[in-house]
Amino acid sequence: MLRFIVRRLIQMAGVVVVLSLLLFLWFKALPGGTVSAMLGERATPERRRELEQALGLDQPLWVQYWNYIKRVATGNFGPSNGVLPGRDAFEVFLSRFPATIELATLAILIAVLIGIPLGYFAARRRDSWIDNLSVMGSLVGVAVPVFFLAFMLKHWFAVELNWLPVSGRQDPTMDATRVTGFFVLDGILTQEWDAAWDALKHLILPALALASIPFAVIFRITRASVLDVVEEDYVRTANAKGLTSRIIRGRHILRNALLPVVTTIGLQTGALLAGAVLTERVFSYTGIGQALAIAIEVKDYPVLQVLIMAAAAVYVVVNLLVDITYAIIDPRIRTR
Amino acid sequence: MSQTTSYASTSDAARHGDEPLLQVRDLKVTFKRQGEEPFVAVDGIDFDVRPGQTVGLVGESGCGKSVTSLAIMGLLPKRGNRVEGEVLFNGTDLLKLSDSDMRDRRGQELAMIFQDPLSSLNPVVPVGLQVAEVLERHKGMSRKAAMVVAREMLDKVGIPDPDRRLKDYPHQMSGGMRQRALIAIALACEPRLLIADEPTTALDVTIQAQILTLLKDLVRETGTALIMITHDLGVVAGLCDEVNVLYAGRIVERAERHPLFEQPRHPYTNGLLESIPKLEVGRGERLNPIPGSVADNLPWTSACAFAPRCLNALEVCREQTPQLEMDFGRALRCFNPVEVAR
Ligand SMILES: Nc1ncnc2c1ncn2[C@@H]1O[C@H](COP(=O)(O)OP(=O)(O)OP(=O)(O)O)[C@@H](O)[C@H]1O
Ligand code: SF4
Ligand SMILES: [Mg+2]
Repeated sequence: MLRFIVRRLIQMAGVVVVLSLLLFLWFKALPGGTVSAMLGERATPERRRELEQALGLDQPLWVQYWNYIKRVATGNFGPSNGVLPGRDAFEVFLSRFPATIELATLAILIAVLIGIPLGYFAARRRDSWIDNLSVMGSLVGVAVPVFFLAFMLKHWFAVELNWLPVSGRQDPTMDATRVTGFFVLDGILTQEWDAAWDALKHLILPALALASIPFAVIFRITRASVLDVVEEDYVRTANAKGLTSRIIRGRHILRNALLPVVTTIGLQTGALLAGAVLTERVFSYTGIGQALAIAIEVKDYPVLQVLIMAAAAVYVVVNLLVDITYAIIDPRIRTR
Repeated sequence: MSQTTSYASTSDAARHGDEPLLQVRDLKVTFKRQGEEPFVAVDGIDFDVRPGQTVGLVGESGCGKSVTSLAIMGLLPKRGNRVEGEVLFNGTDLLKLSDSDMRDRRGQELAMIFQDPLSSLNPVVPVGLQVAEVLERHKGMSRKAAMVVAREMLDKVGIPDPDRRLKDYPHQMSGGMRQRALIAIALACEPRLLIADEPTTALDVTIQAQILTLLKDLVRETGTALIMITHDLGVVAGLCDEVNVLYAGRIVERAERHPLFEQPRHPYTNGLLESIPKLEVGRGERLNPIPGSVADNLPWTSACAFAPRCLNALEVCREQTPQLEMDFGRALRCFNPVEVAR
């Protein structure tokens, strides 16, 4: 198992190195080169020369790359030149990251906690009205664009019904204590329960919008997988042994049926950022997605670079977690 | 007189017991699919199994052997079929039992092993737990106690190094070992009836004989009654006390092993026997397979289903249904049985 994890880690380190090389070359290839990328196009000639020297752009390419790796590894991406001009790009990222993690975690939790049980339930009652209804629901979940769903949710539940807040992460008048930057967690840690509850209320609508696609995909994979597994000979054996339906469901059906679902959850988590860009915009939610949208618009390359690296890192970590979970469930991988 | 082992005495008493353990009466299984004609897979089957007895169900692919055994076990799909008749186990009609009553009996009083040992074991659960869970369920054992018995069972079915194998997963075992593990699972609770559905078909020829010997020894030792399902009369020859020959969902001949092999009376049985490879048949010499296929069958309702393939067929065979009749200790469904001794 340990060997398995180490091998995975090495593979993933390789992925990150390749990505950094691509980013490095991309910056070189931009009009105006690395300097324009970092300072923006309207920088003064003196500032340009200063930076050129600092970066050592007169040195051989591999030295430049090595310096670049060193800067990236220490979180030194240069100052933002658009999203929050003047602030360090890495700091911009750090200030936005917890918001999106909070949002994505809740979205995936919603998708998993509803998708898997409903998928199992629908498969076991195949062709019943509840099966047909949830299959239809999942089709809608995939087909409706996330931003449209976000607008609808906001319009009905925030604007019309006034059940939940329209935008933001927390009511600014709360004046809550900040500890980690995860607002719900902060509220719990400081026992400011009203602050935690308020932050959670701000999360619900955007998380629902963001959960729609992962929910639909997880539901469908679970349903299809359970339908496959219940036809397997070993499930017939389990029945021939007279086991209780609880054991048959957990040990014999779900443990096998969840293997493809675990992979799907990983892929969907990795893909959340795309949905977060739109959702965060609709709800004026100050997270990574919103920063990414602005950074692309105003060509804030330092910030863009941090975000791309961060997205890759998240992807790598999620994949590692998926692989480990998979190996825990499936001995055929673990003992190979 | 010297003391006999308890196993031998149960087995002896069992063998000579009068009361059948299992009585299958007019069992009929009809499959119904939407937009399709109902299909009668098992068409009114009667047979008995006495305690400790080994009974064969033999016939070509598709004749209804597996459906019969699944119907006895209550393992047919819940939807899309109708089961009629009676399956009396110790006098109780299993077909009338509730789901949960049947679940209490399965794995405990009657057990089953299947054809493909790899797909019949759960790939993500250690083999030891797959044996132990049936003991936990029916004997109320703790995990620890069940594992001790599971280890004994693996040892008993001839799996070497059982302590290590308890923790193994199915993919780490050979085909023969997996089938041994399935036998251990089936016999863990000392059931009174074991149904083996082609337990050796998926195995190498050399392993086949080992598994059959193991089954034979175990049922003899424990006094378990065995229904042996196979399309291979060679398997029957070494194992069964009595043999039921099935054709198209009906029994066409039933006899004890020796009379059946020495003098098959039904033309279909005769054909099956002639298609067994015999040692004295030289290489290159062709066996005599039964001509035609089940696709040629006539409906039992108005004829003998076997008539289009039968060398003995008469006019009447295509016009009337032959009935299963007793004939010198054997049951036979034929208008023109084979007369000459082989
Ligand atoms: N679930 C099902 N739905 C519809 N038809 C079925 C079903 N199960 C079995 N049958 C049909 O019933 C008939 C008997 O099948 P069965 O599996 O009992 O044959 P078998 O004697 O065991 O043959 P084999 O040697 O191939 O295992 C076959 O024609 C089969 O197509
Ligand atoms: S009844 Fe006729 S067709 Fe059928 S097996 Fe006997 S002889 Fe052949
Ligand atoms: Mg079969």
